[in-house]
Amino acid sequence: MTSPSRQAGRSAPFLAPAGVMLAAVTLFPVIYILWLSLEQRSPVLGVTQFVGAANYLRLLGDARFWNALANTTYFTTLSVALELALGLAMALLLRRAFPGRALVYAVVLIPWAVPTVVTARMWEWMYNADYGVINYLLGAQINWLGSPAWAMHAAILMDVWKSTPFVALLLLAGLQNIPAELYHAASVDGATRWTTFRRVTLPLLMPLILVVLILRTIDAFRVFDAIYVLTGGGPANSTETLSIYAYKVLFQTLEFGYGSTLAVTVLACIALATAVYARLLRGRTA
Amino acid sequence: MSRIGRFTALALVALWSLAPFLWQLITSLKPDPEITALPPLLPAHITLAHYAAIFTGTPFLRLMANSAVVASGTTLLAVALGALAAFALAKLHVRRRTLILALVLAVSMFPPIATVSPLFLVINALGLRDTLIALILTYTGFALPLAIWLLTGFFHKVPDEIYFAARVDGCTPFEAFRRVLLPLSAPGLITTAILVFILSWNEFLYALSFTATAAARTLPVGIALFPGLHEIPWGEIAAACVAATAPVLLLALGFHRRIVEGLTRGAVKG
Repeated sequence: MTSPSRQAGRSAPFLAPAGVMLAAVTLFPVIYILWLSLEQRSPVLGVTQFVGAANYLRLLGDARFWNALANTTYFTTLSVALELALGLAMALLLRRAFPGRALVYAVVLIPWAVPTVVTARMWEWMYNADYGVINYLLGAQINWLGSPAWAMHAAILMDVWKSTPFVALLLLAGLQNIPAELYHAASVDGATRWTTFRRVTLPLLMPLILVVLILRTIDAFRVFDAIYVLTGGGPANSTETLSIYAYKVLFQTLEFGYGSTLAVTVLACIALATAVYARLLRGRTA
Repeated sequence: MSRIGRFTALALVALWSLAPFLWQLITSLKPDPEITALPPLLPAHITLAHYAAIFTGTPFLRLMANSAVVASGTTLLAVALGALAAFALAKLHVRRRTLILALVLAVSMFPPIATVSPLFLVINALGLRDTLIALILTYTGFALPLAIWLLTGFFHKVPDEIYFAARVDGCTPFEAFRRVLLPLSAPGLITTAILVFILSWNEFLYALSFTATAAARTLPVGIALFPGLHEIPWGEIAAACVAATAPVLLLALGFHRRIVEGLTRGAVKG
């Protein structure tokens, strides 16, 4: 009908507003932070100085950075693994129709919908060593949030509560897309439930499992609100994640250069993880 | 699995999902002496004192209004800008369409911490610190990728023939968008709006960093920084948590089908 350039001209006015917004609020800051990470910048002292790779070299010798990186990796690995296992079990449980399924769907959505800050406050209260309902029900006297050994696991359990429903609902959608004939064929061939799960369900679900893994890994690795409100990174930095450390350096120590460098490491790790998963995913679908 | 086994497992899943919020609700209704006494689990007396305290003593209503303005403003802006872009991506011949969608997806993976310091400097320089507009603009940028992805999918579902028929009848692309595409995609617009609203209502890191007083603080910030002079006011915190969760909880319960559809579409497309 019309030439390609006229077509492009017609779509530009529709794309431009969102494009300008995205460029201003997301792309520009990400480029700007790369620049900030090369500066020594302290708004209080009025210092702004280009220092090149100095901040990145400082990372190497910063034990608190390595501690935060280890904490973040541990938190991400354990919580994502648990969420995937429990989410899959929950999805399999919810797959078959039963009376009141809509109600269970709605209830399962609650942990996802509750604001993360509220989630942290709720669990802080349940974990309370003196008056907490968890110690009461267990008949235990565990200092959940006060001891370095327990605090990280308390945070992981909270994240599992909040994020498992999301995983379950996504996997459930995938399960419902598997053609019923395949299960029928498997049962005609006399396959056991376990064989059917391993040979039919799991392979067909694998691309979606990888997508869920990417989404959850990205989200868990950048964790901030949940742990910041639950423990503030304590006790003794045992739950301090990269985002929390970066936030503290930025807004409590007011070192905008080094804080930005720490934030860039979060971005780099997430980009790396996404690239690895994307390779796996391409290998699967190709 | 036997019927009883399945039923028990389902009941456990429901209880596990519900229990923490339920416990917060119970705590918010207990008089102070009962809060720090276990057993019993259930209150002997029910009181609304904690709710009365948060709605009168602290600027809680102000924070709630801030949250409502920020979440509604973000929803309007993100859905409006997202719908325009999604329309072009779904119905017009956009060159490098796949590249644009991939870029949008990449943007949605940026961790908030990696943009908070540059945005803070810009917002300060523009004199927008501690304003609601700074939050609305920031949230819109971060909600747009989701809105664009979801709406592109929803607009795709409207047959091309319908769009072309409108064009043949003399509609400009924008008229066809406004008078044909939008009404036909109303359910998709609602789904997108609900998801964006919930995400904006719950956001914490930007709100914490860009605000300083009750003038622009949102509920999550207020709850995280809940003032306690001597002892931690568990009852009031619980009441604040319940009140701050109520709007999104009602949305989640009322529109759970749409939310699940939106979440799965957003993920499966990705």
